[in-house]
Amino acid sequence: MNAMTEPSSGSPRGDLAVVAGFIRPGARVLDVGCGDGHLLELLQGEKQVDGRGIEISQRGVNECVSRGLSVIQGDADTDLVYYPDKGFDYVVLSQTLQATRNPKLVLTDLLRIGERAIVSIPNFGHWRMRLDLLLRGRMPVTEELPYSWYDTPNIHFCTIRDFVNLVDEIGAKVESATALNGKGEKIGVSMPWWFWNFFGQQAVFLLRR
Amino acid sequence: MTRVRIARAASDEVNNPTSQVVRFGADRPLALDSGGALAPFQIAYQTYGTLNAQKTNAVMICHALTGDQHVANTNPVTGKDGWWDVLIGPGLIIDTDRFFVICSNVIGGCLGSTGPASTNPATGKPYALGLPVITIRDMVRAQAMLVDHLGIEQLFSVVGGSMGGMQVLEWASSYPDRVFTALPIATGARHSSQNIAFHEVGRQAVMADPDWLGGRYIEAGKRPTKGLAVARMAAHITYLSEAALHRKFGRNLQDRDALTFGFDADFQIESYLRHQGATFVDRFDANSYLYMTRAMDYFDLAADHGGRLADAFAGTKTRFCVVSFTSDWLFPTAESRDIVHALNAAGASVSFVEIETDRGHDAFLLDEPELFSAIRGFLRSAARARGLEQ
Repeated sequence: MNAMTEPSSGSPRGDLAVVAGFIRPGARVLDVGCGDGHLLELLQGEKQVDGRGIEISQRGVNECVSRGLSVIQGDADTDLVYYPDKGFDYVVLSQTLQATRNPKLVLTDLLRIGERAIVSIPNFGHWRMRLDLLLRGRMPVTEELPYSWYDTPNIHFCTIRDFVNLVDEIGAKVESATALNGKGEKIGVSMPWWFWNFFGQQAVFLLRR
Repeated sequence: MTRVRIARAASDEVNNPTSQVVRFGADRPLALDSGGALAPFQIAYQTYGTLNAQKTNAVMICHALTGDQHVANTNPVTGKDGWWDVLIGPGLIIDTDRFFVICSNVIGGCLGSTGPASTNPATGKPYALGLPVITIRDMVRAQAMLVDHLGIEQLFSVVGGSMGGMQVLEWASSYPDRVFTALPIATGARHSSQNIAFHEVGRQAVMADPDWLGGRYIEAGKRPTKGLAVARMAAHITYLSEAALHRKFGRNLQDRDALTFGFDADFQIESYLRHQGATFVDRFDANSYLYMTRAMDYFDLAADHGGRLADAFAGTKTRFCVVSFTSDWLFPTAESRDIVHALNAAGASVSFVEIETDRGHDAFLLDEPELFSAIRGFLRSAARARGLEQ
C-alpha cells in the first residue's frame, strides 16, 4: 500500500522515524500496508520488536519475505477481521488510511487488534491544498501526493482535524500526535490543532482504546 | 533404463530398499487413525549433510503423492535426478552444507517404507488391500518415530508441497514444539470435493483393470498397468494449467502432417499424456496409488479440531511460510489463504507469498526464482533466530 509514496522511492520517510519513536522495545507490532518492509526492518533492528506485516501488492510481499520479514499478502479493508483481539501491542497504519474503502471500520479494527494504534495520514487541510482549491479551482497535486483525481488510490482524504473527530467518534483517545512538514520534520512540539491543520503536511497519531 | 529394468528395480526397492532403513518391531507399533496399529513396520529414508552437535539443523522434506525419499540424489529406480535437486544440495537454497536434510518414503508408499506392496510378515504375501488405510497423520506419526530414532528433538524446518504440504501442516499441528519453521507449499488444509473427484476417477481406473485382481496382482505376477496409466494421465492434467498446456503443445500434431481420422495419438498432448502414464506405471505400485490418494482425500485438519482450523494451530510458536501459485487450480491460492487466515487467528508468525506463474500445481517442483528467494529469505532469518549462523 503506502499509497502516498508509491511512485517515488528513495530516502526513508520522516513519518517512519516518528512512528518508531512511539514504539517500545520488544513489542509485538503489526504493520498494515508495510510496503517493502522498511519500517519493520527499522523496528526489528532498533527496537527488537516481534514484527509482522500485511501488504496488498504481491511484489512488496515477496520482497519482504525474501528479506526475512514475516509478511502476508492482504488488504486492510478485508483481512483485518482474521486477527484476534489484542493480538499486538501496536498496529501501525502508515500513510494508508486514505486509501481504504472504509477508514472508520479499519480504524476500529486497528484498535481491536492492537493495544495501541499508530496512524499516519497526509493532511488535506494543509494551506497549499486549500490554496490550490481556492485559487486554481483544481484538485491539489503535490510532490507528496502526485496523483490526479482520476487515478489516485487515495479515495478518502481527510484533514488532521477530520481525523481527530473520527478518533473521537469511535471512542478512542489520542495519546500523542505530531505534525510534520514536507521534509518529514516535526512542526513545533505542542501546537493547537488549527496550527497543525494549516501547516502540517502529514501527521502521526498514537491512539489507544 | 529400459522399462522392464525400471519395473524390476522398483519391485526390488519395496522390501529391501537401497536407502537407509529403520525397522520398528512388534514392541513399537505405529498407531493408526483407522483404530488399529501397524507392526512391525519399516521406514526407508535418505539423509544429506551432517547433523550438528546441538541437533538443531535438521530439515524434514515431505514428498508428494507419487514422490519418494530420493529428493536430492539419483533415483535408484528411474536413474533420474532427485525430484527437488534444484532446491536441495550443497550451496543451494536448502544448503546441505549447513542443514541435515531428511526425506523418508511415507507409510503406504512403495519405495521401501511399509506399504501395500510390502510383504506382510504374518502371511508371507504382499499386504495388498490387507494394509489398513493410511492417513496423512499416520504418515507424520511414523516420521516422528524416525526423527526420534535419529535423536532429534526439534526439526529446524518441515518442508513440502502438495501432499507433502499436508504433512507439513500436520507436523505443525500435531507436534508444535518439534517444528521451528514450517513451509507448506501449493497445498490445502483439506482436500476439496473436486480433488477427491479426480482421485476417485484414478482409483476406479485402477480397479477396473482386469489385471488388478482385487489388489492381489503381485502374487499373480501381473500389474494393472492400463488402469494405473489412465489414473496418472487424468491426474497429470490437474498438475498443469491450461495456459502451460497450450504454450507447450497447442493443437500441434504428433509426428504427422494431418489428422488420421482415427483414435491414435494425433495430438502432441495425447502422446505426452500416454508417455506420462506409461513411464509412471513402471515405477509406482498401483495399490500404493490407491492408498496415497485416499490419504489425501481423508485429510481435513479443521475437522480434526472441532471444525475450526485456527484451533489446529492454537498457541503455536512455529514460524510459517505459506506459498501458492497463481495458476495452480488443484490447490488454488484461496486454500493457502484459508491457512493463512487461520494462522493469523491463532496469532502465529506467518508469511505468505503467491508466486506468479503459468506452470500450474507442478510449479513447486520447478525452477521458480521467486519461490527460491522467498524460501531463502524465510529460512535465513529463521536460522538466525535459531542460532544457526550463516
